Amino acid sequence: MTTPSLWIAKTGLDAQQTHMSVISHNLANVNTTGFKKERAMFEDLLYQNVRQVGAQSTQNTTLPSGLQLGTGVRTVATEKIHTQGNIVQTQNPLDIAVSGRGFFQILMPNGDIAYTRDGSFKMDSTGQMVTNGGYTLDPVITIPQDAISVTVGVDGTVSVLQPGNPTPSQVGTIELADFINPVGLEPVGENLYRESVSSGAPIIGTPGEESFGKVVQGSLETSNVNVVEELVNMIETQRAYEMNSKAIQTTNEMLGFASNNL
Amino acid sequence: MERGLYIAMNGAKQIMQAQASTANNLANVNTTAFRADLEQFRSQPVFGPGYASRVYAMTERPGVDLSAGALETTGRDLDVAINGEGWIAVQAEDGSEAYTRAGDLHITEQGQLLTGKGLPVIGNAGPIAVPPAQKLEIGTDGTISLVPQGGNTTVLAVVDQIKLVKPPKDQLQKGEDGLMRFAGEGNAAPSAEVKLVTGVLETSNVSAVEEMVRMIELQRHYEMQIKMMKTIEDNAAASAQIMRMG
Repeated sequence: MTTPSLWIAKTGLDAQQTHMSVISHNLANVNTTGFKKERAMFEDLLYQNVRQVGAQSTQNTTLPSGLQLGTGVRTVATEKIHTQGNIVQTQNPLDIAVSGRGFFQILMPNGDIAYTRDGSFKMDSTGQMVTNGGYTLDPVITIPQDAISVTVGVDGTVSVLQPGNPTPSQVGTIELADFINPVGLEPVGENLYRESVSSGAPIIGTPGEESFGKVVQGSLETSNVNVVEELVNMIETQRAYEMNSKAIQTTNEMLGFASNNL
Repeated sequence: MERGLYIAMNGAKQIMQAQASTANNLANVNTTAFRADLEQFRSQPVFGPGYASRVYAMTERPGVDLSAGALETTGRDLDVAINGEGWIAVQAEDGSEAYTRAGDLHITEQGQLLTGKGLPVIGNAGPIAVPPAQKLEIGTDGTISLVPQGGNTTVLAVVDQIKLVKPPKDQLQKGEDGLMRFAGEGNAAPSAEVKLVTGVLETSNVSAVEEMVRMIELQRHYEMQIKMMKTIEDNAAASAQIMRMG
Protein backbone atom coordinates (compact mmCIF):
# COMPACT_ATOMS: atom_id res chain seq x y z
CA MET A 1 0.00 0.00 0.00
CA THR A 2 1.48 3.32 -0.94
CA THR A 3 0.27 6.42 0.78
CA PRO A 4 2.55 9.21 -0.43
CA SER A 5 1.49 11.76 2.18
CA LEU A 6 2.78 9.53 4.99
CA TRP A 7 6.22 9.24 3.38
CA ILE A 8 6.38 12.90 2.41
CA ALA A 9 5.63 13.95 5.98
CA LYS A 10 8.29 11.50 7.13
CA THR A 11 10.93 13.32 5.04
CA GLY A 12 9.77 16.53 6.74
CA LEU A 13 10.30 14.96 10.17
CA ASP A 14 13.76 13.72 9.14
CA ALA A 15 14.77 17.18 7.91
CA GLN A 16 13.54 18.94 11.05
CA GLN A 17 15.34 16.36 13.18
CA THR A 18 18.60 17.12 11.33
CA HIS A 19 17.96 20.83 11.74
CA MET A 20 17.51 20.28 15.47
CA SER A 21 20.83 18.39 15.70
CA VAL A 22 22.62 21.27 13.96
CA ILE A 23 21.02 23.81 16.33
CA SER A 24 21.96 21.74 19.39
CA HIS A 25 25.52 21.46 18.11
CA ASN A 26 25.71 25.24 17.72
CA LEU A 27 24.22 25.87 21.16
CA ALA A 28 26.55 23.33 22.77
CA ASN A 29 29.51 25.24 21.27
CA VAL A 30 28.36 28.70 22.25
CA ASN A 31 31.45 29.10 24.47
CA THR A 32 33.96 27.25 22.27
CA THR A 33 36.88 29.47 21.26
CA GLY A 34 37.06 30.03 17.52
CA PHE A 35 33.94 27.95 16.80
CA LYS A 36 32.06 28.72 13.58
CA LYS A 37 28.33 28.08 13.54
CA GLU A 38 26.76 25.56 11.20
CA ARG A 39 23.65 25.92 9.13
CA ALA A 40 21.49 23.18 7.62
CA MET A 41 20.23 23.77 4.09
CA PHE A 42 17.13 22.06 2.69
CA GLU A 43 15.86 21.44 -0.81
CA ASP A 44 12.65 19.99 -2.20
CA LEU A 45 12.83 16.48 -3.64
CA LEU A 46 11.92 15.52 -7.18
CA TYR A 47 8.41 16.03 -8.44
CA GLN A 48 6.37 13.08 -9.56
CA ASN A 49 4.35 13.52 -12.70
CA VAL A 50 1.13 11.75 -11.77
CA ARG A 51 -0.84 12.98 -14.75
CA GLN A 52 0.58 14.65 -17.82
CA VAL A 53 -1.25 17.68 -19.16
CA GLY A 54 -3.29 16.79 -22.24
CA ALA A 55 -3.08 13.05 -21.72
CA GLN A 56 -6.13 10.87 -22.35
CA SER A 57 -8.04 10.19 -19.16
CA THR A 58 -10.37 7.82 -20.99
CA GLN A 59 -10.75 7.08 -24.66
CA ASN A 60 -13.06 10.05 -25.02
CA THR A 61 -11.74 12.50 -22.49
CA THR A 62 -8.49 14.40 -22.09
CA LEU A 63 -6.97 16.07 -19.06
CA PRO A 64 -7.14 19.87 -19.12
CA SER A 65 -4.33 20.21 -16.59
CA GLY A 66 -1.84 17.87 -15.02
CA LEU A 67 -0.94 16.79 -11.54
CA GLN A 68 2.60 16.86 -10.27
CA LEU A 69 3.20 15.84 -6.69
CA GLY A 70 6.31 16.77 -4.76
CA THR A 71 7.94 13.97 -2.81
CA GLY A 72 9.20 15.87 0.22
CA VAL A 73 12.34 17.54 1.46
CA ARG A 74 15.94 16.59 2.16
CA THR A 75 18.89 18.13 3.93
CA VAL A 76 21.27 19.05 1.14
CA ALA A 77 24.17 20.41 3.20
CA THR A 78 25.35 21.59 6.55
CA GLU A 79 27.74 24.46 6.05
CA LYS A 80 29.97 26.45 8.34
CA ILE A 81 29.38 30.19 8.47
CA HIS A 82 32.82 31.79 8.67
CA THR A 83 31.88 35.18 10.04
CA GLN A 84 34.14 36.85 12.58
CA GLY A 85 33.47 36.06 16.24
CA ASN A 86 33.93 38.67 18.95
CA ILE A 87 37.47 39.36 20.14
CA VAL A 88 37.72 39.24 23.92
CA GLN A 89 40.68 40.34 26.00
CA THR A 90 42.23 37.66 28.19
CA GLN A 91 45.64 39.29 28.96
CA ASN A 92 47.25 35.87 28.56
CA PRO A 93 50.35 36.46 26.34
CA LEU A 94 49.90 33.18 24.46
CA ASP A 95 46.23 33.79 23.60
CA ILE A 96 46.18 34.98 20.00
CA ALA A 97 43.12 35.90 17.97
CA VAL A 98 42.91 36.39 14.20
CA SER A 99 41.04 39.55 13.29
CA GLY A 100 40.03 39.01 9.65
CA ARG A 101 40.70 36.12 7.31
CA GLY A 102 43.13 33.29 7.94
CA PHE A 103 43.72 30.15 9.98
CA PHE A 104 46.57 29.04 12.23
CA GLN A 105 48.41 25.98 10.93
CA ILE A 106 48.71 23.07 13.31
CA LEU A 107 51.06 20.11 12.80
CA MET A 108 49.21 16.89 13.50
CA PRO A 109 51.01 13.81 14.92
CA ASN A 110 50.70 12.06 11.52
CA GLY A 111 52.51 14.91 9.76
CA ASP A 112 49.40 16.50 8.21
CA ILE A 113 48.61 20.16 8.65
CA ALA A 114 45.28 21.08 10.25
CA TYR A 115 43.82 24.56 10.45
CA THR A 116 42.16 26.37 13.33
CA ARG A 117 40.87 29.76 14.46
CA ASP A 118 41.37 28.82 18.10
CA GLY A 119 44.47 30.70 19.25
CA SER A 120 44.54 29.70 22.92
CA PHE A 121 48.10 28.38 22.76
CA LYS A 122 50.08 26.86 25.60
CA MET A 123 53.70 25.87 26.07
CA ASP A 124 54.77 22.25 26.28
CA SER A 125 57.72 20.92 28.29
CA THR A 126 60.19 21.88 25.54
CA GLY A 127 58.82 25.41 25.27
CA GLN A 128 57.04 24.87 21.93
CA MET A 129 53.75 26.64 21.33
CA VAL A 130 50.98 24.00 21.24
CA THR A 131 47.18 23.94 21.09
CA ASN A 132 45.00 22.75 23.98
CA GLY A 133 45.14 19.31 22.36
CA GLY A 134 48.97 19.35 22.52
CA TYR A 135 49.54 19.70 18.76
CA THR A 136 52.37 22.04 17.75
CA LEU A 137 51.85 25.28 15.92
CA ASP A 138 53.44 25.30 12.46
CA PRO A 139 56.01 26.85 11.83
CA VAL A 140 57.33 25.70 15.20
CA ILE A 141 57.97 28.48 17.71
CA THR A 142 60.03 27.65 20.79
CA ILE A 143 59.95 30.03 23.72
CA PRO A 144 63.25 29.93 25.69
CA GLN A 145 62.93 28.69 29.25
CA ASP A 146 64.29 31.89 30.77
CA ALA A 147 62.01 34.25 28.83
CA ILE A 148 60.65 37.06 30.96
CA SER A 149 57.95 38.16 28.52
CA VAL A 150 56.59 37.10 25.13
CA THR A 151 55.36 39.63 22.60
CA VAL A 152 53.42 38.79 19.42
CA GLY A 153 53.23 41.57 16.86
CA VAL A 154 50.22 42.15 14.57
CA ASP A 155 52.30 40.69 11.72
CA GLY A 156 52.93 37.49 13.68
CA THR A 157 56.51 38.07 14.82
CA VAL A 158 57.12 36.47 18.19
CA SER A 159 59.84 38.06 20.31
CA VAL A 160 60.98 37.37 23.85
CA LEU A 161 62.82 39.36 26.47
CA GLN A 162 65.58 37.44 28.23
CA PRO A 163 67.47 38.36 31.43
CA GLY A 164 70.65 40.34 30.90
CA ASN A 165 69.63 41.46 27.41
CA PRO A 166 67.74 44.75 27.07
CA THR A 167 66.76 44.13 23.40
CA PRO A 168 64.06 41.55 22.68
CA SER A 169 65.13 38.68 20.43
CA GLN A 170 62.87 37.26 17.72
CA VAL A 171 62.12 33.54 18.12
CA GLY A 172 59.80 32.95 15.19
CA THR A 173 56.90 34.16 13.05
CA ILE A 174 53.29 32.98 13.03
CA GLU A 175 52.00 32.40 9.51
CA LEU A 176 48.37 32.17 8.50
CA ALA A 177 46.70 30.07 5.82
CA ASP A 178 43.66 31.13 3.79
CA PHE A 179 41.40 29.26 1.36
CA ILE A 180 39.39 30.34 -1.65
CA ASN A 181 36.39 28.46 -0.22
CA PRO A 182 36.73 28.23 3.59
CA VAL A 183 33.20 26.75 3.74
CA GLY A 184 34.65 23.67 2.04
CA LEU A 185 37.06 22.94 4.91
CA GLU A 186 36.31 19.69 6.65
CA PRO A 187 35.74 20.10 10.41
CA VAL A 188 37.46 17.25 12.27
CA GLY A 189 36.73 18.20 15.90
CA GLU A 190 39.05 19.73 18.50
CA ASN A 191 38.39 23.11 16.79
CA LEU A 192 40.43 21.87 13.81
CA TYR A 193 39.70 21.82 10.09
CA ARG A 194 41.28 19.79 7.33
CA GLU A 195 41.89 20.83 3.75
CA SER A 196 39.44 19.17 1.35
CA VAL A 197 38.96 19.02 -2.41
CA SER A 198 36.36 21.77 -2.29
CA SER A 199 38.29 24.12 -0.01
CA GLY A 200 41.17 24.37 -2.48
CA ALA A 201 44.86 24.49 -1.57
CA PRO A 202 45.99 26.71 1.32
CA ILE A 203 47.47 30.11 0.53
CA ILE A 204 50.14 30.87 3.15
CA GLY A 205 50.88 34.44 4.12
CA THR A 206 51.97 36.93 6.73
CA PRO A 207 49.28 38.29 9.08
CA GLY A 208 48.16 41.78 8.18
CA GLU A 209 49.40 41.59 4.59
CA GLU A 210 47.24 41.23 1.48
CA SER A 211 43.94 39.64 2.46
CA PHE A 212 45.16 38.14 5.73
CA GLY A 213 43.81 39.32 9.05
CA LYS A 214 45.95 40.70 11.83
CA VAL A 215 46.87 38.64 14.87
CA VAL A 216 45.98 40.15 18.23
CA GLN A 217 47.92 39.09 21.29
CA GLY A 218 46.20 38.65 24.67
CA SER A 219 42.83 38.08 23.01
CA LEU A 220 40.69 35.17 21.89
CA GLU A 221 38.01 34.91 19.24
CA THR A 222 34.72 33.75 20.72
CA SER A 223 32.25 31.43 19.05
CA ASN A 224 30.17 33.21 16.39
CA VAL A 225 26.97 31.44 17.49
CA ASN A 226 24.13 33.88 18.11
CA VAL A 227 22.11 32.37 20.94
CA VAL A 228 18.91 34.29 20.22
CA GLU A 229 19.04 33.28 16.55
CA GLU A 230 19.49 29.63 17.52
CA LEU A 231 16.59 29.78 19.97
CA VAL A 232 14.31 31.28 17.32
CA ASN A 233 15.46 28.57 14.90
CA MET A 234 14.70 25.98 17.55
CA ILE A 235 11.12 27.21 18.02
CA GLU A 236 10.60 27.26 14.27
CA THR A 237 12.00 23.74 13.91
CA GLN A 238 9.87 22.41 16.73
CA ARG A 239 6.68 23.80 15.21
CA ALA A 240 7.58 22.51 11.75
CA TYR A 241 8.21 19.10 13.30
CA GLU A 242 4.83 19.17 15.02
CA MET A 243 3.05 20.10 11.81
CA ASN A 244 4.68 17.27 9.90
CA SER A 245 3.75 14.79 12.59
CA LYS A 246 0.22 16.23 12.42
CA ALA A 247 0.22 15.41 8.70
CA ILE A 248 1.13 11.79 9.51
CA GLN A 249 -1.54 11.66 12.20
CA THR A 250 -4.20 13.06 9.86
CA THR A 251 -3.34 10.59 7.11
CA ASN A 252 -3.40 7.79 9.66
CA GLU A 253 -6.85 8.88 10.89
CA MET A 254 -8.13 8.97 7.31
CA LEU A 255 -6.94 5.43 6.64
CA GLY A 256 -8.28 4.32 10.01
CA PHE A 257 -11.66 5.83 9.25
CA ALA A 258 -11.80 3.96 5.95
CA SER A 259 -10.88 0.61 7.44
CA ASN A 260 -13.26 1.01 10.39
CA ASN A 261 -16.28 2.16 8.43
CA LEU A 262 -16.17 -0.05 5.39
CA MET B 1 -23.09 -2.82 -10.32
CA GLU B 2 -23.30 0.24 -8.14
CA ARG B 3 -21.75 3.16 -10.02
CA GLY B 4 -21.99 5.57 -7.09
CA LEU B 5 -19.53 3.41 -5.17
CA TYR B 6 -16.88 4.01 -7.82
CA ILE B 7 -17.49 7.75 -7.83
CA ALA B 8 -17.06 7.90 -4.04
CA MET B 9 -13.97 5.70 -4.25
CA ASN B 10 -12.47 7.96 -6.87
CA GLY B 11 -13.21 10.99 -4.70
CA ALA B 12 -11.39 9.41 -1.75
CA LYS B 13 -8.43 8.52 -3.94
CA GLN B 14 -8.14 12.06 -5.31
CA ILE B 15 -8.36 13.54 -1.81
CA MET B 16 -5.47 11.31 -0.77
CA GLN B 17 -3.40 12.78 -3.62
CA ALA B 18 -4.30 16.32 -2.61
CA GLN B 19 -3.21 15.40 0.91
CA ALA B 20 0.20 14.41 -0.51
CA SER B 21 0.54 17.90 -1.99
CA THR B 22 -0.32 19.45 1.39
CA ALA B 23 2.18 17.15 3.14
CA ASN B 24 4.85 18.21 0.62
CA ASN B 25 4.22 21.89 1.33
CA LEU B 26 4.43 21.24 5.06
CA ALA B 27 7.64 19.21 4.66
CA ASN B 28 9.19 22.18 2.84
CA VAL B 29 8.13 24.79 5.37
CA ASN B 30 11.83 25.44 6.17
CA THR B 31 13.28 25.05 2.64
CA THR B 32 15.01 28.21 1.40
CA ALA B 33 12.85 30.11 -1.11
CA PHE B 34 10.45 27.16 -1.62
CA ARG B 35 7.27 28.06 -3.55
CA ALA B 36 4.11 26.32 -2.32
CA ASP B 37 2.17 24.13 -4.75
CA LEU B 38 -1.50 24.90 -5.14
CA GLU B 39 -3.96 22.12 -5.68
CA GLN B 40 -7.62 22.09 -6.61
CA PHE B 41 -10.36 19.69 -7.58
CA ARG B 42 -12.09 19.76 -10.90
CA SER B 43 -15.32 18.00 -11.76
CA GLN B 44 -14.80 15.73 -14.72
CA PRO B 45 -17.97 14.35 -16.37
CA VAL B 46 -17.63 10.92 -17.93
CA PHE B 47 -18.66 11.33 -21.55
CA GLY B 48 -19.63 8.37 -23.60
CA PRO B 49 -22.69 6.78 -25.11
CA GLY B 50 -25.77 8.08 -23.35
CA TYR B 51 -26.31 10.89 -20.93
CA ALA B 52 -23.26 12.05 -18.96
CA SER B 53 -24.80 11.59 -15.53
CA ARG B 54 -21.64 10.65 -13.67
CA VAL B 55 -19.14 13.30 -12.66
CA TYR B 56 -15.80 12.29 -11.23
CA ALA B 57 -13.59 14.51 -9.10
CA MET B 58 -10.02 15.10 -10.23
CA THR B 59 -7.08 16.66 -8.41
CA GLU B 60 -4.82 18.94 -10.39
CA ARG B 61 -2.04 21.39 -9.78
CA PRO B 62 -3.14 24.59 -11.47
CA GLY B 63 0.08 26.31 -10.48
CA VAL B 64 2.50 27.48 -7.87
CA ASP B 65 2.05 30.17 -5.26
CA LEU B 66 4.46 32.86 -6.47
CA SER B 67 4.08 35.24 -3.55
CA ALA B 68 7.34 36.22 -1.84
CA GLY B 69 8.56 34.57 1.34
CA ALA B 70 9.88 36.47 4.33
CA LEU B 71 13.47 37.76 4.21
CA GLU B 72 15.74 36.35 6.88
CA THR B 73 19.02 38.10 7.74
CA THR B 74 21.99 35.73 7.87
CA GLY B 75 24.90 38.19 7.62
CA ARG B 76 26.77 35.93 5.19
CA ASP B 77 28.30 37.80 2.21
CA LEU B 78 27.29 35.20 -0.35
CA ASP B 79 23.65 34.92 0.73
CA VAL B 80 21.44 36.89 -1.63
CA ALA B 81 17.69 37.28 -1.89
CA ILE B 82 15.48 39.02 -4.40
CA ASN B 83 13.65 42.01 -3.06
CA GLY B 84 10.29 42.02 -4.83
CA GLU B 85 9.65 40.11 -8.04
CA GLY B 86 12.26 38.32 -10.11
CA TRP B 87 14.37 35.18 -10.39
CA ILE B 88 18.04 34.17 -10.42
CA ALA B 89 19.08 32.23 -13.55
CA VAL B 90 20.89 28.94 -12.91
CA GLN B 91 21.99 26.03 -15.08
CA ALA B 92 19.87 22.97 -14.27
CA GLU B 93 21.33 19.48 -14.20
CA ASP B 94 20.12 18.82 -17.74
CA GLY B 95 22.07 21.88 -18.97
CA SER B 96 19.04 24.07 -19.59
CA GLU B 97 18.45 27.45 -18.00
CA ALA B 98 16.15 27.40 -14.98
CA TYR B 99 15.13 29.96 -12.39
CA THR B 100 15.22 29.94 -8.62
CA ARG B 101 14.97 32.41 -5.76
CA ALA B 102 17.23 30.43 -3.42
CA GLY B 103 20.36 32.60 -3.20
CA ASP B 104 22.57 30.66 -0.80
CA LEU B 105 25.62 30.93 -3.06
CA HIS B 106 29.03 29.24 -2.76
CA ILE B 107 32.35 29.45 -4.53
CA THR B 108 34.10 26.21 -5.38
CA GLU B 109 37.87 25.72 -5.37
CA GLN B 110 37.83 26.30 -9.15
CA GLY B 111 36.08 29.62 -8.58
CA GLN B 112 32.66 28.54 -9.87
CA LEU B 113 29.69 30.32 -8.33
CA LEU B 114 27.08 27.73 -7.30
CA THR B 115 23.73 27.78 -5.49
CA GLY B 116 23.18 25.72 -2.35
CA LYS B 117 21.83 22.94 -4.56
CA GLY B 118 25.13 22.89 -6.48
CA LEU B 119 23.81 24.48 -9.68
CA PRO B 120 26.04 27.00 -11.51
CA VAL B 121 24.73 30.58 -11.47
CA ILE B 122 24.43 32.09 -14.95
CA GLY B 123 26.08 35.42 -15.73
CA ASN B 124 26.52 37.54 -18.85
CA ALA B 125 27.99 34.62 -20.79
CA GLY B 126 27.13 31.27 -19.23
CA PRO B 127 28.08 30.02 -15.75
CA ILE B 128 29.94 32.54 -13.58
CA ALA B 129 33.56 31.90 -12.57
CA VAL B 130 35.35 34.21 -10.16
CA PRO B 131 39.12 34.46 -9.59
CA PRO B 132 40.51 34.06 -6.04
CA ALA B 133 39.48 37.15 -4.13
CA GLN B 134 40.14 38.65 -0.76
CA LYS B 135 36.84 40.51 -0.81
CA LEU B 136 33.79 39.84 -2.98
CA GLU B 137 30.77 42.08 -3.27
CA ILE B 138 27.45 41.39 -4.99
CA GLY B 139 25.64 44.56 -5.99
CA THR B 140 21.89 45.15 -5.98
CA ASP B 141 21.75 44.54 -9.75
CA GLY B 142 23.77 41.30 -9.44
CA THR B 143 27.13 42.84 -10.38
CA ILE B 144 29.99 40.86 -8.87
CA SER B 145 32.99 43.00 -8.01
CA LEU B 146 36.08 41.87 -6.13
CA VAL B 147 39.53 42.70 -4.88
CA PRO B 148 41.83 40.03 -6.36
CA GLN B 149 44.06 38.03 -4.04
CA GLY B 150 47.13 40.13 -3.39
CA GLY B 151 45.66 43.15 -5.19
CA ASN B 152 45.20 46.72 -4.14
CA THR B 153 42.26 46.89 -1.71
CA THR B 154 41.12 50.24 -3.05
CA VAL B 155 40.49 48.99 -6.59
CA LEU B 156 37.46 46.76 -7.13
CA ALA B 157 37.33 44.82 -10.38
CA VAL B 158 33.95 43.96 -11.93
CA VAL B 159 34.00 40.33 -13.10
CA ASP B 160 30.46 39.46 -14.10
CA GLN B 161 26.80 40.08 -13.44
CA ILE B 162 24.29 37.50 -12.18
CA LYS B 163 21.50 37.08 -14.71
CA LEU B 164 18.28 38.24 -13.10
CA VAL B 165 15.02 37.78 -14.96
CA LYS B 166 11.42 38.83 -14.51
CA PRO B 167 9.24 36.95 -17.00
CA PRO B 168 5.43 37.24 -16.84
CA LYS B 169 4.08 34.98 -14.12
CA ASP B 170 1.91 32.93 -16.49
CA GLN B 171 5.01 31.92 -18.45
CA LEU B 172 6.70 30.18 -15.53
CA GLN B 173 6.24 26.49 -14.78
CA LYS B 174 7.68 24.40 -12.01
CA GLY B 175 9.75 21.54 -13.37
CA GLU B 176 10.16 18.11 -11.85
CA ASP B 177 13.38 19.23 -10.14
CA GLY B 178 11.54 22.00 -8.29
CA LEU B 179 13.11 24.76 -10.43
CA MET B 180 11.03 27.17 -12.47
CA ARG B 181 11.23 27.02 -16.27
CA PHE B 182 10.35 29.59 -18.89
CA ALA B 183 7.42 28.39 -20.95
CA GLY B 184 7.99 30.82 -23.82
CA GLU B 185 10.44 30.79 -26.71
CA GLY B 186 14.12 30.40 -25.66
CA ASN B 187 15.22 31.77 -22.30
CA ALA B 188 13.82 34.67 -20.32
CA ALA B 189 15.49 38.03 -21.05
CA PRO B 190 17.55 39.71 -18.31
CA SER B 191 15.70 42.44 -16.48
CA ALA B 192 17.19 45.56 -14.91
CA GLU B 193 14.20 45.94 -12.60
CA VAL B 194 15.13 43.01 -10.34
CA LYS B 195 16.86 44.05 -7.13
CA LEU B 196 19.08 41.84 -4.97
CA VAL B 197 19.81 42.23 -1.28
CA THR B 198 22.88 40.60 0.24
CA GLY B 199 23.33 38.97 3.63
CA VAL B 200 19.72 37.84 3.45
CA LEU B 201 17.91 34.64 2.46
CA GLU B 202 14.29 34.23 1.46
CA THR B 203 12.28 31.74 3.48
CA SER B 204 9.68 29.31 2.18
CA ASN B 205 6.35 30.97 1.32
CA VAL B 206 4.32 28.07 2.72
CA SER B 207 1.73 29.31 5.19
CA ALA B 208 1.77 26.57 7.80
CA VAL B 209 -1.63 27.50 9.24
CA GLU B 210 -3.25 27.53 5.82
CA GLU B 211 -1.84 24.09 5.04
CA MET B 212 -3.00 22.72 8.40
CA VAL B 213 -6.55 23.98 7.80
CA ARG B 214 -6.46 22.55 4.29
CA MET B 215 -5.34 19.23 5.74
CA ILE B 216 -8.24 19.12 8.20
CA GLU B 217 -10.67 20.09 5.44
CA LEU B 218 -9.37 17.32 3.18
CA GLN B 219 -9.61 14.84 6.04
CA ARG B 220 -13.29 15.64 6.60
CA HIS B 221 -14.02 15.43 2.88
CA TYR B 222 -12.34 12.07 2.83
CA GLU B 223 -14.52 10.88 5.68
CA MET B 224 -17.60 12.01 3.78
CA GLN B 225 -16.56 9.92 0.80
CA ILE B 226 -16.10 6.90 3.06
CA LYS B 227 -19.54 7.55 4.61
CA MET B 228 -20.93 7.64 1.09
CA MET B 229 -19.41 4.24 0.35
CA LYS B 230 -20.83 2.92 3.59
CA THR B 231 -24.32 4.20 2.70
CA ILE B 232 -24.11 2.60 -0.73
CA GLU B 233 -23.08 -0.65 0.94
CA ASP B 234 -26.05 -0.40 3.32
CA ASN B 235 -28.37 0.20 0.35
CA ALA B 236 -27.00 -2.86 -1.41
CA ALA B 237 -27.46 -4.90 1.75
CA ALA B 238 -31.08 -3.71 2.05
CA SER B 239 -31.79 -4.72 -1.56
CA ALA B 240 -30.32 -8.13 -0.92
CA GLN B 241 -32.58 -8.42 2.15
CA ILE B 242 -35.70 -7.75 0.04
CA MET B 243 -34.61 -10.36 -2.48
CA ARG B 244 -34.24 -12.94 0.27
CA MET B 245 -37.79 -12.29 1.59
CA GLY B 246 -39.24 -12.82 -1.87
